[in-house]
Amino acid sequence: MNLPDKAQLMDSEGIRRAITRIAHEIVEKNQGVEDLVLVGIRRRGVPLAQRLREKISDIESLNIPLGSLDITLYRDDLSTSHVQPIIHKTEVPFSIDGKIVVLVDDVLFTGRTVRAALDALMDMGRPQAIQLAVLVDRGHRELPIRADFVGKNVPTAKKEIISVCVHEIDGDDSVSIQKLHL
Amino acid sequence: MALYIKKGRVIDPANEIDEIRDLKIDNGKIVASGLAVAEEATEVDEVIDCEGMLVIPGLIDLHCHLREPGGEAKETIASGTRAAARGGFTAVSAMANTAPVCDSQSGVEFLLKRAAETGIVRVYPIGAITKGLKGQELAEMADMATCGAIAFSDDGKTLSRSDLMRQALQYAQMCQRLIICHCEDDDLVHDGVMHEGYWSTILGLKGIPAVAEDIIVARDIQLAEDTGSAVHIAHVSTAGAVELIRQARARGVNVTGEVCPHHLALTDSAVEGYNSSTKVNPPLRTEKDRQALKEGLRDGTLTILATDHAPHTTEEKAREYAYAPFGISGLETAWPLYWRELIEEKVMTISEMVASLTIHPAKRCNLPGGTLSVGAPADITVIDPNMEENVSLEGWESQGKNTPFLGWTLRSWPICTIVNGQIVMKDRKIVD
Amino acid sequence: MSFQRKDLLGLRGMTAQEISYILDTALPMKDVIQRDIKKVPTLRGKTVVCLFYEASTRTRTSFELAGKYMSADTINISTSTSSVVKGESLIDTGKTIDAMGADIIVLRHGASGAPALLGKHVKARIINAGDGFHEHPTQGLLDMLTIRERKGTLEGLTVTILGDILHSRVARSNIWGLTTMGAKVRVCGPATLLPPEIEALGVEAFTSVEEALEGADVVNVLRMQLERQQKGLFPSIREYARLFALNKERLKRCKSDVLVLHPGPMNRGVEIANDVADADFSAIEEQVTNGVAVRMAILYLMMGGGTANGSVH
Repeated sequence: MNLPDKAQLMDSEGIRRAITRIAHEIVEKNQGVEDLVLVGIRRRGVPLAQRLREKISDIESLNIPLGSLDITLYRDDLSTSHVQPIIHKTEVPFSIDGKIVVLVDDVLFTGRTVRAALDALMDMGRPQAIQLAVLVDRGHRELPIRADFVGKNVPTAKKEIISVCVHEIDGDDSVSIQKLHL
Repeated sequence: MALYIKKGRVIDPANEIDEIRDLKIDNGKIVASGLAVAEEATEVDEVIDCEGMLVIPGLIDLHCHLREPGGEAKETIASGTRAAARGGFTAVSAMANTAPVCDSQSGVEFLLKRAAETGIVRVYPIGAITKGLKGQELAEMADMATCGAIAFSDDGKTLSRSDLMRQALQYAQMCQRLIICHCEDDDLVHDGVMHEGYWSTILGLKGIPAVAEDIIVARDIQLAEDTGSAVHIAHVSTAGAVELIRQARARGVNVTGEVCPHHLALTDSAVEGYNSSTKVNPPLRTEKDRQALKEGLRDGTLTILATDHAPHTTEEKAREYAYAPFGISGLETAWPLYWRELIEEKVMTISEMVASLTIHPAKRCNLPGGTLSVGAPADITVIDPNMEENVSLEGWESQGKNTPFLGWTLRSWPICTIVNGQIVMKDRKIVD
Repeated sequence: MSFQRKDLLGLRGMTAQEISYILDTALPMKDVIQRDIKKVPTLRGKTVVCLFYEASTRTRTSFELAGKYMSADTINISTSTSSVVKGESLIDTGKTIDAMGADIIVLRHGASGAPALLGKHVKARIINAGDGFHEHPTQGLLDMLTIRERKGTLEGLTVTILGDILHSRVARSNIWGLTTMGAKVRVCGPATLLPPEIEALGVEAFTSVEEALEGADVVNVLRMQLERQQKGLFPSIREYARLFALNKERLKRCKSDVLVLHPGPMNRGVEIANDVADADFSAIEEQVTNGVAVRMAILYLMMGGGTANGSVH
């Protein structure tokens, strides 16, 4: 397997603009930020949630609670591979009862990660509502799940790979697509 | 019809022979030995071409458990003697710890009768020292000696009572028979299952300290010296026991000792993994003990090699290590293991090793055989010293599959066993 | 990183990397235990059989809860050791459980090596929950987790294990684990209860409790089995307590921030004084919580799968 034909879909500026737009949409849709909490899905959903929080703070002059979620224990593909994921800590240091939880992830693909995240949230309490924000929606859903806020819709072939880099983890910001030649 | 063994390297330590020769066998006896004897063979005679092979007196095992009567699921005289033949042995001595115990004339007679009916090599009964191996009353040794017991032993158990051991030595000497001692202090062994040391600490298994053997070897040597009797120490396994025997022999005590193949080939590190085939009594000891046994064989302190063949059923051995019975099924791998440890390691000459398996045990118990003299019974073993074989259960004759040597590649194997002029094993297979 | 072993038989031979991985995985498990809803669906449809040939409410309950918190179906089979000798063989019992579809068998057995034996004959993966005097790996791991949480690291610490070392599987698992992680281990007990050649395992052996405690960061006090006295291994409980019990006075020889562990159940007044057992430098209750977390981590890793592909979608 080799991975040539890597094409950039978003650069740092593009990502910044997308985050800004999503922040405005969240505030608008929820008519303010009362009862709003952000929960990023580990790993790259967490820095994106952090950025959204800063943008929302700029708009509304209010810091909303931010948590991070490791969904490993809720995955449905245990035992199908030989490598176990390293489990990171789930840190949601506030009650989500009665809150509007905006779940943040980098890419929406099959929907299985979001399904796992929904289950994980449900085990933590009873939110008023859960909304989903993603930087990229690449299609190919396997479950009836859709995003409320999307940075960019990217039509892809199933075998292509979407890579999201965020500078907090990867050192730079970018979204790129790679064609897979098997 | 005569049988000729042609152009083998004939090694007969009793006669100090080690040269290429032919042997002629007729009517169960060796009738001629020399160069070109086989050239007189006619078409009706059978000739075994032994070029490149060793032709040696049939191996004699002084220490074997045939399990019959009472333990027929583990081994019978039939299966045990087949295993012996496959291992190159033409005679085995059966220990008394059967059920019932071989502690009377009828026990000895039963064994000899069954051996005559079902055995394919010679079987020599060893009678119990004490009734029922209980260590309380002497068995009728004189009676047993009269009808064929070659020696006496409570093997499997130590005769704890020193007074009784002393009396047994005196009584056996009167009967002109040897006492064979299983040496372990029961209190020190307690419920130990392996050698006490580094590995028992790691594996968390109850240890059997070396001193448990040494202390009884020392006692039995002192008693033999005190009574002027002969004593033979079974399955010597510790450096301490070797040294005790060495010192005793130096001061003229009539003591001999035997070594088993597993104590030469393995150490207690083999217990790692808890393979119950490594559970044996006395236990596999340390490298220091292993080297001491070799030194004892090298310097003549230890003069006899014996198998302590102790077969068990697969079910009995497929247990937790602590619950599995002690014992290794050893007849079929003894020769190549000795070869590996003693010849390839240059501990002994081939002639010396052959002597320890033939003339030495024969002389110690006044048995016929052990030589290739003209006129001697034609008990002969042919060895292919270059043959390599993987130890596997394919073709394994003993009912006891409990060997820790499975998968080992060993060199030098018995390829023909002749008992009383009859070929009982050829090309590694029993001749039925 | 992955957990490649079929069976978890002991900590001997395990690498520092593997041990760290298990301890790291136990941390999020601890969060699950502390939530209101103490359940994750990770091991749904998996079956864990706790096969206990020795009575042990503590370890068995810990494994059972670990399984249940992760949604596995857990079944307990308790058999007395007497029936081991006469009844169905371990291998036959194991094969039966195997045929019923168990994914993991957690085995507690009085005979050292029993889990190794069972592991060779069944498809299910084996977790050793204590075998004879051999090993008790999950206890070793939970002790290490507790020490690491309190001290931040294991490397460079001096850990004194006090008591009947000879008959202790806890001591052996602690020795292997701690030495692998770079701790200095001392063992201390009556001369009759120190195993032969114990120092060859990379520890220092002491018969003086005062010397063994000098400057120690951690003391792990073992349970004294009272029946050892009947076997002549020491003269009396009274004398044992006088010579070896961990009390406040002796603790002064340790570092001021010493941590005291005990695998439980305690014989108060025998191996450990009351004022030590209940003091806040004792982490005996934390050990119990960590035990469940470590066992969840082990169950997870041994049933584990999935891909950690980060941002690759």
